[in-house]
Amino acid sequence: MTHILLRGRDIPDIWKFDVYVKNGGYEAFKKALGMEPKAVIDEVKASNLRGRGGAGFPTGLKWSFIPQSEPVKYVAVNADESETGTFKDREIMETNPHQLIEGALICAWAIQAKAVYIYLRGEFWDLAHELDKRIEEARQAGFIGQDIQGTGWSCEVYTHLGAGAYICGEESALLNSLEGKLGQPRVRPPFPAQKGGGLYGEPTVVNNVETLTNVPWIIANGADAYKKIGTEQSAGPKIFCVSGHVVKPGNYELPLGITLRELLYDHAGGVPDGKAMKAILPSGGSGPIIPATNAVLDTPLTYEDLGKIGSILGSASIIVMDETVDITWVAAKVTKFFKHESCGKCTPCREGTYWLDKVLDRIMAGQARLSDIELIDNIAKNMQGVTLCALGDFAANPIIYTIKNFRDDFMQHVQKAEAKPAPKTRQAAPAGD
Amino acid sequence: MTLSDKKYAQRIQAAFAKYPDKRSAVMPLLYLAQEEYGWVSPEGIQEVAALCDMDPTQVQSIAGFYTMYSEKPKGKYWLQVCTDLACALRGADEFYEQLKAELGVDDGGTTEDGLFTVEHVMCLAACDKAPMLQCNFHFMENLDMDKMRAWIAEKRAEAAKAKK
Ligand SMILES: Cc1cc2nc3c(=O)[nH]c(=O)nc-3n(C[C@H](O)[C@H](O)[C@H](O)COP(=O)(O)O)c2cc1C
Ligand code: SF4
Ligand code: FES
Repeated sequence: MTHILLRGRDIPDIWKFDVYVKNGGYEAFKKALGMEPKAVIDEVKASNLRGRGGAGFPTGLKWSFIPQSEPVKYVAVNADESETGTFKDREIMETNPHQLIEGALICAWAIQAKAVYIYLRGEFWDLAHELDKRIEEARQAGFIGQDIQGTGWSCEVYTHLGAGAYICGEESALLNSLEGKLGQPRVRPPFPAQKGGGLYGEPTVVNNVETLTNVPWIIANGADAYKKIGTEQSAGPKIFCVSGHVVKPGNYELPLGITLRELLYDHAGGVPDGKAMKAILPSGGSGPIIPATNAVLDTPLTYEDLGKIGSILGSASIIVMDETVDITWVAAKVTKFFKHESCGKCTPCREGTYWLDKVLDRIMAGQARLSDIELIDNIAKNMQGVTLCALGDFAANPIIYTIKNFRDDFMQHVQKAEAKPAPKTRQAAPAGD
Repeated sequence: MTLSDKKYAQRIQAAFAKYPDKRSAVMPLLYLAQEEYGWVSPEGIQEVAALCDMDPTQVQSIAGFYTMYSEKPKGKYWLQVCTDLACALRGADEFYEQLKAELGVDDGGTTEDGLFTVEHVMCLAACDKAPMLQCNFHFMENLDMDKMRAWIAEKRAEAAKAKK
């Protein structure tokens, strides 16, 4: 299949400005500049493109919330990519950077933004410095700067490096971080698109890298052509990041609606060493874990179908675990992540992740009782829906769903503890002991 | 030297040019301070605060919030090894244990010769290339201990040569 997003797979030099232009690059931007900004928004709306950063919000609708009467507006590109198991935005920016820049510029034209800020996680240090060069090339060609292509509209594009904080991927924390404040989420409303809620208080569209990289193709080929890819409610191509126990981990750009089985067996080569697949995390560490049953494997990868089997599509970072994995260990590992990444602003999230981590350590050390399973289940349930940002829910998910779907794994630790209470210090390998 | 040295002038100016207010330059300037002093030292905090018109305690709290600003001096090579879930499923925990043993340090420790600091970190967006790490923010991927031993030996030899 030819790629729409990961075009570097088909044309290895497409990261170069002249190669990108030779292959139709920046034509969509020029076409958009010939359209009314509102018509651009309507086209993106009609395409049914939904946000690829995790929440799946309709992109055109988000753009339409920007009040046109406000003189200053911004675009913030979310390139924080820090969810465990996610590595797609990195490949886009490394191998097809101009398509992201073009998509961001089309968005900027559609909302008449004054500037675009690309917020990259600090570990994308080299990548950000490369991207600066690509931005400069686009500026030299007259696509960025003053009076772009004679339209009278001016727009700048900048990169901004984070410095190691998962929470800065949350859109309001990202904006705070850009402003030089602590990278903690804001109370909403006002939302980023509203006056008072965005960057420097101005209306701002925050979109994920992959989301914006879809936009040039939509403008060039039209919403109708785009909707032919994928399913009715989940249009377009999607990059699936596959990691863990598969033969060929990596990014796979495929139409939404292919099944987990097709992705994990036909494309990613199945589980190594002939082992059985035990569990799947379809949306990185933050989404609900599901057992790899036949029904689950036959589920189409769409926003609507993953909901039906009790999980989410999210950013489509699919982590696969084989039969040797102790799911209690997974819960403990993911909990350490969220304990480390909680920004500490709300008590249920800060204290909850602390206690979950402590009790899980006890379970892993073989010193826990049956009541400890109910204890962590309760702590997690009390974190749901009561926090300022979704990280509180993300941290509760691994506990609630590992216990719900893999209770036996927890029971084994507890039964062992009750039979032989000798403390054990460290769990060695992913393999359950 | 300090951040007022000529060699930083252009980059400081470029940082300020990006944003409508001075405060937003605090993150890029903290990186410059780290480059100058090897960590975000008290002098560095003072200078960044003066440049951004901020209170030094505010700058300190920003520096403390993020893991990539180092609050103590590090070895010449700062190795951040991902031991998060997806990498751990592909042997990252064992790799990290072996690396620490090879260098004779604990998590967060620096070797006696001051060359290597190791610590474990969360997902670095390279899960398909585990075991992996970042050395001074550059990716090193698809690693194993043979590769690491060769790399460590190479860096030690370079350091010994530079001493002479
Ligand atoms: C804790 C947390 C972390 C997040 N991290 C990211 C991230 O790394 N990248 C991203 O694009 N969105 C992330 N999001 C989602 C953003 O808040 C936001 O929904 C997204 O950037 C919107 O863009 P989209 O509509 O194009 O998906 C995160 C959300 C939360 C609550
Ligand atoms: S839920 Fe957690 S990460 Fe989000 S604002 Fe509250 S404390 Fe911070
Ligand atoms: S889990 Fe290690 S890079 Fe993602």
